[in-house]
Amino acid sequence: MAAPGGFSGTDYKQEDAVLFGFTRTQLIAFLAMVAFIAISPFFLYPVFLMKVLCFALFACAFNLLIGYVGLLSFGHAAYFGMGGYLAGHAAKVWGLPPELAILIGGATGAALGVVIGAIAIRRQGIYFAMITLAFAQMVYFFCLQAEFTGGEDGIQAIPRGVLFGVFDLRSDMTMYWVVAIVFLAGFLLIHRIIHSPFGMVLKSIRENEPRATSLGYRTDDYKLVAFVLSAALSGVAGGTKAIVFGIATLTDVFWTMSGEVVLMSLVGGLGTIFGPVMGAAVIITMQNYLAEFGAWVTVIQGVIFVLCVLAFRRGIVGEIGNWLRVRL
Amino acid sequence: MSEIHRRGLLGAVAAAPLAGALPYRPARAQAANTIRIGLLTDFSGPFRDLNGPNSIAATRLAIQEFGNRGFNVEMVQADHQNRPDVGVNIARQWFDRDNVDMVLNLAASSVALAVSELARERNKVAIATSTATSDLTGRACNANTIHWVYDTYMLAKVSGLATVRAGGQSWFFITADYAFGHALERDTANFVRQAGGRVLGQVRHPFPGTTDFSSFIVQAQASRAQVIGLANAGADTINSIKQIGEFGVTRRGVRVASLLLFITDVHALGLQTAQGLVCANTYYWDLNDRTRRVAQRVLQLSGADMPVAMSHAGDYSATLHYLKAVADMGVAAAKASGRDVVARMKRMPTSDDAFGEGTIREDGRKMHPAYLCEVKRPEESRGRFDYYKVLQTVSAEEAFRPLSEGACPMVRS
Repeated sequence: MAAPGGFSGTDYKQEDAVLFGFTRTQLIAFLAMVAFIAISPFFLYPVFLMKVLCFALFACAFNLLIGYVGLLSFGHAAYFGMGGYLAGHAAKVWGLPPELAILIGGATGAALGVVIGAIAIRRQGIYFAMITLAFAQMVYFFCLQAEFTGGEDGIQAIPRGVLFGVFDLRSDMTMYWVVAIVFLAGFLLIHRIIHSPFGMVLKSIRENEPRATSLGYRTDDYKLVAFVLSAALSGVAGGTKAIVFGIATLTDVFWTMSGEVVLMSLVGGLGTIFGPVMGAAVIITMQNYLAEFGAWVTVIQGVIFVLCVLAFRRGIVGEIGNWLRVRL
Repeated sequence: MSEIHRRGLLGAVAAAPLAGALPYRPARAQAANTIRIGLLTDFSGPFRDLNGPNSIAATRLAIQEFGNRGFNVEMVQADHQNRPDVGVNIARQWFDRDNVDMVLNLAASSVALAVSELARERNKVAIATSTATSDLTGRACNANTIHWVYDTYMLAKVSGLATVRAGGQSWFFITADYAFGHALERDTANFVRQAGGRVLGQVRHPFPGTTDFSSFIVQAQASRAQVIGLANAGADTINSIKQIGEFGVTRRGVRVASLLLFITDVHALGLQTAQGLVCANTYYWDLNDRTRRVAQRVLQLSGADMPVAMSHAGDYSATLHYLKAVADMGVAAAKASGRDVVARMKRMPTSDDAFGEGTIREDGRKMHPAYLCEVKRPEESRGRFDYYKVLQTVSAEEAFRPLSEGACPMVRS
């Protein structure tokens, strides 16, 4: 498969890392993002922002695979949705506090990732995508039939609970800061993974897997670890979303959710760290604010997708980066 | 495409969310004397016909007919795309920022349950008019929610009981293989037996994605049952009905009872295919002069080529009754507590042209009679939307689940 992040035609400026592996431009962009996260709840609706952040983390996790290992997974809804279900079940039925519920969501994603990843990474390209899709459909059917998921009604009325026994999350603002921290932690973890020696090997696999093998790397092991990390972070995102909204439903395990996260990454920019965040923000904003136009939501989404693929294949952030000749 | 052109597009897309965010400033001006109703439903998905434009028109009609009694009534609407998270997010925004006092319709069960819970949390009003799950007045009931129009219990009971009474003694079920289908089949089978009928067997088809029903239909025919019960929904129902039509099952005297079929589905299928089906309804536009008047005025407002279904009638009836209760208790009190409004609505008897006289029960169940209808043959149909004959009328007390069986926590006290 062609490397999605490797638009090698661009002559990027050579920049050195100044802090935590960020280049100067990236650091500015990161600080701008943190500043936006910090001030936005005072003029935008916090619950909406929490949704954006949950999906941004999901899209970042997905981008770790496609953007940096070149693996197009078409089954990420399974980890996201299942993480949500188990986090919701843990909080509602087992009565666990939210921090543990979210961790259970992440563990669920990781566990599914190990099983599905171990089988899927043996194939490449379209076959890889199809295997992940097939497994995701199995997970969907499991959720549809299983008793604890509540079938098509989903798990409802999940309590937000009290974080660490101190912070009452029923207040939207408290919940918002928790989601913001979860998101930033996930974002920095992904950034760290990408810029670690491990991440370099991943990128080399993306560019040329046989060559990486010839250099002595067990590429399957690297791909599996990346897959599990991505799945675990997706599970964390799903679990957080279940706690925020108090519901976990079939929407989040359905294959359209897998498609949506592809769309978010594409619109934002594959293989850029900030792209998925931007893509998630754009797509969720459209879903939310265009809701009053009814059927037009899906039409507009489709048009944007086509425009993206036709006119700016690098995505929003990718194009900005290309224009400024910097890596974002 | 040139670079500049592409950047223009890029800018437009980047600016779109900003432009979209602008109209959503919190509305605070003149809010104190305005009641805001939010119509939250499916405008683009599988339930568009059942809700959609006619729901907007029906709600508008109720607001118009109610007139100005010392306060303003406004309506907002949004498409929840049948996604609970989108629905909850919109409802939250409406409650927290846009001063919406009541959300209406809700449609898909997963959305309705979630929004009902939110209405309780924010002390607002949620009225489900197009939702099937009987849990809404059962274990998930709350003091801020009213369930209008129909529920799965009613559909199962009226289809089961009334069909047996109308002569359909032996049944065979074609059931979607998931929780909803199983529950519908189990409930209906119980009512069939209760009424003295027999269940000869059942077959489960995979859900979702079954498109070929022929083997299931052949099995149903081989059982020689007088009634084939379809315990499925949506596209499965439509596909199975079409194929039953192709097999000519109903023309051979076998009744087909679809447990979840609406007049909008019949409209889409056409009488040629749908003829002879029986289904349960709580409103049919051609029952009497009053129901005809409602249907006619809704269609005038919406201009849609779609029959007025019971869900539309529910939007009309629920809005009217809600506004009457608000007028009765005063706008300030109504805006202060959704729970009080619902309590007042339960105390006042309901009366409107769509459902006639009725009441709202303690658990939030709106009570009105139900009808078992049969779809007419094409040659019997005399005019536009003339689709049903009423076979049986079932009283509200008999049609809906008894208060004691619902396990609603509010009823125990």
